[in-house]
Formats: sequence, structure tokens, C-alpha cells
Amino acid sequence: MSKRRTERLLSIVVLLLSSRRYLTAEQIRAAVSGYPEEQEAFKRMFERDKEELRDLGIPLETGRAASLDDDLGYRISRQDYELPEIHLEADEAAVLGIASRVWQSAELAGAAKGAALKLRAASREADGDGSASPPPGIQPRLSTQEPAFGPLWEAVRDRRVVTFDHLASGRSEVTKRTLEPWGVVNRRGRWYVAGHDRARNAPRVFRLSRITGPVKLVGPPGSVKVPEGTDVRELVKDWDKPLTRDHTATLRVRADAGFALHRWGRATPDPANPGWDLITIAYSDPDWYAGYVAWFGPDVVVLGPPELREAVIRRLKGALT
Amino acid sequence: MVTSAERLRRLLALVPYVATRRVVGLAETAATFGMTERELIDDLNLAWCVELRAPEPYCPIDLSYEDGEISISQAESIARPLRLAADEASALLVALRMLAEAASGTEPSDGDAVARLIAKIEDAAGAAGAASSQVTIQIDQPNARGMAATLNAALAAGKRVHLRYYVPKRDDATERDVDPMRLLVVEGRTYLEGWCRRAEGVRLFRLDRVLSVDVLDVPAEVPARAEQVDVDAGLFRASPADVVVELELGPAARSVAEDYPCESMTELADGRLRIALRTPDTAWVRRLALRLGEDARVVSPPALAEEVAASAAATLALYE
Repeated sequence: MSKRRTERLLSIVVLLLSSRRYLTAEQIRAAVSGYPEEQEAFKRMFERDKEELRDLGIPLETGRAASLDDDLGYRISRQDYELPEIHLEADEAAVLGIASRVWQSAELAGAAKGAALKLRAASREADGDGSASPPPGIQPRLSTQEPAFGPLWEAVRDRRVVTFDHLASGRSEVTKRTLEPWGVVNRRGRWYVAGHDRARNAPRVFRLSRITGPVKLVGPPGSVKVPEGTDVRELVKDWDKPLTRDHTATLRVRADAGFALHRWGRATPDPANPGWDLITIAYSDPDWYAGYVAWFGPDVVVLGPPELREAVIRRLKGALT
Repeated sequence: MVTSAERLRRLLALVPYVATRRVVGLAETAATFGMTERELIDDLNLAWCVELRAPEPYCPIDLSYEDGEISISQAESIARPLRLAADEASALLVALRMLAEAASGTEPSDGDAVARLIAKIEDAAGAAGAASSQVTIQIDQPNARGMAATLNAALAAGKRVHLRYYVPKRDDATERDVDPMRLLVVEGRTYLEGWCRRAEGVRLFRLDRVLSVDVLDVPAEVPARAEQVDVDAGLFRASPADVVVELELGPAARSVAEDYPCESMTELADGRLRIALRTPDTAWVRRLALRLGEDARVVSPPALAEEVAASAAATLALYE
């Protein structure tokens, strides 16, 4: 069944590409095999076929079949259909192979592989001699496990407004957001969307893993305008900017433990406690650093500053129960 | 089972692929398209069977296959592939720009080929590639950059390397000789995959945890039995021998569920979350519980919960 359908669709493509004139549904029916006799069944099947061809990206044009005729006809312009001339060198073909394996999610991996096949189909030189081993270099992988990625990719592509629920870091209440998305950014392996938040009337950045529930596309395509000079990379970078290490801690650390603290801090033996070192080390966020120090358990004692010492004690007491 | 649309998409690339080359190997073509030779022959037969009945009956596609080779003498109007769709162009361009980003600063560099290819594809895709500029990838690990360059050079030269490697879960540094296999970027981090001579197995090393690297004047010998890690299946492989640990996380500690691979996740009241993870070694979970303090609680195993409390008490004693 499916084979006959593929054959019919392929025949339509070949037929409409070779015709300069618009061909009516009846002319198409006469030329390709596989359509039913009965008129209504034919119409339904033909509609589905057109839709399927358009979904594949085939530029099916409609126009009047003849000047004296009111019947609509169809054709495919070669210029709109055909991939422009492209010539790939052997090293470019090797890179193409690596690039088509970057996406880990099936949908985008399929899209990238489809593109790579079309390019190889167009360029004979892409094959190389087949004996070359894969080139060295870094092979990146991109995963898109967040359910929000698919609809946001679509929204950015079609410039549509989205709504979603968002759970901010450290909060327990979700807020409803309406966003004009400007771009999607992967920074250090994490996905973010940046855009104009309508309720806040200001640019905002959201981490995709903090979006709960479905992302809904609202409004027509083309309704989002990205302001001139917007750099979504910078927006996300500012939002996620590295903190400056403007605090200094003094720690007592067991000489044979706290490897990372010894490496990245300044250590001297503690004269009062044999087997222990005194380490001074810079840090940025006191709350985060208290957690980091607590991680080392009984190998580290904070001597100062007092607020870090208190914060660590609080964590440890919290872990008692 | 491919759908008729997928099959049509494939045929519209397959016919030009063969037509561009005039004669091409059956096995090679099947491999390129990721199909079996049997499936390929079915597709060729399907194309060959296309017949237009009007105005004059004729068969637009003429091809043959014998002795393991395919040739197309007539491909008519479908001798050229279809243009790239918006998703195809964007997915490929984003991937290529990520490659360029990953390769920047390393030698020998694929950067030139990547840049050339990006320009060609942007040109061929036209408007279909436009959306790709709104999806950007940043891999910034300043300390891993120089390391990546050194390891890439070792990889290209086929040399063994000596690593000092930090293991945060044990708060310890290890020394090992590694025969490099490839460099990967997974979840935003750069890794060296190699045959670890100490563990006698394939291991992934996070470059930001490599304390130092020496390229040895010894050729790398990756045993034939070494298999690349299927990173697409996840970096963390749970083993049946692992211990299942259950944690309850407060709202402030929810990010733990994103940072560690969880086997299950249950939403509780007030933004709390219960997660289960598998691990061969629970020592780091004890450390994690100390780090999180009142924002988390070990639910099970009970022995681990007791260890956490004992460790917290021992540490607090040092503050008295």
C-alpha cells in the first residue's frame, strides 16, 4: 500500500517538474497510476498527496491551467525545487559527516542527516577516496532532552509568540510567562531561551529545564520582531555571568585531604595542629561556597570569615537529621 | 518501517546521488543512505517502475544494477536533489557552527574546512537557513581549551599521553597513561575518550579535570577490542550492582535532579522533589548531603542516612 503511494507521489513530482504548464488534477490523474475511479475518493486522495508533498518542502505552485479555463492547475518550478550547484571538497565532506552526527535527538539528527544526504547527492567530489580515516578533531554532541526545546525551536524559526509556566530557581511557585522569543542558546551544555517578556515589558532569559508543562505557540507566524542589534549570546552570558571571587576564606584542612583546596588555594602547615594545613582561598558566592566546603566533611574547618563559618555550621546541622 | 513520505524523501536524494556519479557501488550507496542492500534494490525498482501514462506513455527513470554497481542513464527532472528545508538547513548549520566553536584554537584545525562548508551551505540554503542564526551554541571552558589543543595534537600524531586527573567524587588525583581515541563535547563539556592502561578499559576524561598532560614519545596502542562509548545513550551507565539511593530535595536543591542522572523523579508538595539514583559508590552522596544541608534528606538506604548524620556530627565537633 505504502509502496504504491510512494510510487504515485514520485510520479507526480517527476511529472510536474517536467511540465512548464500548470496541470489540472484531472490531467495528473490521467498521467499517474494509482488513483481510484470514484470522484470523491480521488479528490480526498489528491488533497492528501498535495499536503504530503508540501510537507516534504516540495514547492507545489498553483495557477490557472489555461487562459480560458477556470480550473486550477499545479506545477513545480525547477528553479524553486532544485538545490543550487554545490561542490564539496573531500575535507568538507568529512566535516559534513561529523556535523550530521552532532544532534542527539532523533528529530534534529534526522533533519541534519537529510540535509547532508542532499548535499552529497549534489556533489560527486564529496566521496574522497574512501580510504581516509576520520579526521582528528573534536566531535561535539548536542542533546535536547528538555521537552520545551522542540516548540521553542519551532517558535524561533517561525517567529511566533509562546506562553509557558516557569519555575524560578529556588522557588516553589510557577509563574505564567508570555515571551516573544529572540533566540535559543546552548551555554555550557544548558539550553536557554532569550526574548521579550510581555508582562515584564523587558528582555528576559529562561533556562529550558525550568519550564514546566507545555510550551504553547500563540499568534501567527512572523509576529515576533527581533530588535536590531540584539545579541542573544550576550543576553544569556550576562544572565549567567561568572561571579568575581572577591571574598577570601581561611580554612584548616587535613594535609592528606582536600585535594582541590590544596591545588587552588595557598597552603602552609598549621603550626598549632600537626597533620593539618592552613589554606587561604578566594571565593565568590558565600552561600554556594558554604555548600562546597561542607562537601569535604571532617577534612575541613572554616576559620573565617565568620559568616562563612556560620553558613557551614548551619548546613551541617541541617544534615544531622 | 519507513513511511511513504520518508521513502519519497530518500528516493529524491538517492536518484540524484547515483545520477551525479553515473556509476556507483551498491554497498557504498546502501551505507551512505543507512539502508540494507535489499532495501536499496527495492527503492531502485520502485524508481524504475515509475510510468507516466499521458499524454504519451513513457518511463522517465532508466537505471540498472548488476555486479554490485548501480548506474542511471536517465533521471529526467529529478536528477538534482531537492532544496534544503528550513529544519534541515538550520539543524546542519547549528551543528557546523558548534563544530567551528569546538575546533577554534586547536591544531591541526578542521576550522578551515568547517568555515568553507558553512559558507557554501548558507549560500545553497538561502532563506531556509535564516533561522539557524537564532540558535547559538557556546562551549566555553577556558581551562579546557589549551588542553584540547594538546590532546588533539597527540591524537593526530598517534601518541600516548600521561594524565594527572582529578576525581572530585573522591577528592583525589590519579596518574594514568592513556591511548587517545577521540575528543568529544557532550552536554557542554569536553572529554577525552581513550584506552586507560591502568583500568585496561575505555574511559572518558573531562578536560576541565585534567590537572596536567604530558605527550609521551610512545605510539598509542588502542587495542582492537576497545569500543567507543555510545555517548548518545548517556554518559552514565547504571549497573545492576549499583546501590539505589533515594533523596528528598527542597526547592533550593532541585537543580540536583538536573546535575545527576536520576532513575525516577516524583514531585512532592511545596516544590519538593523525591529522586532516585543509582551509584556504585555512595561516598559522594554522603558528601552531597552535607553540601545540601537542610535542603535535602537521604530517604534510603537507612545506613547511608546514618553515615550522613555521623559525618555531620564529626565535622560539627571540630567547630566546638
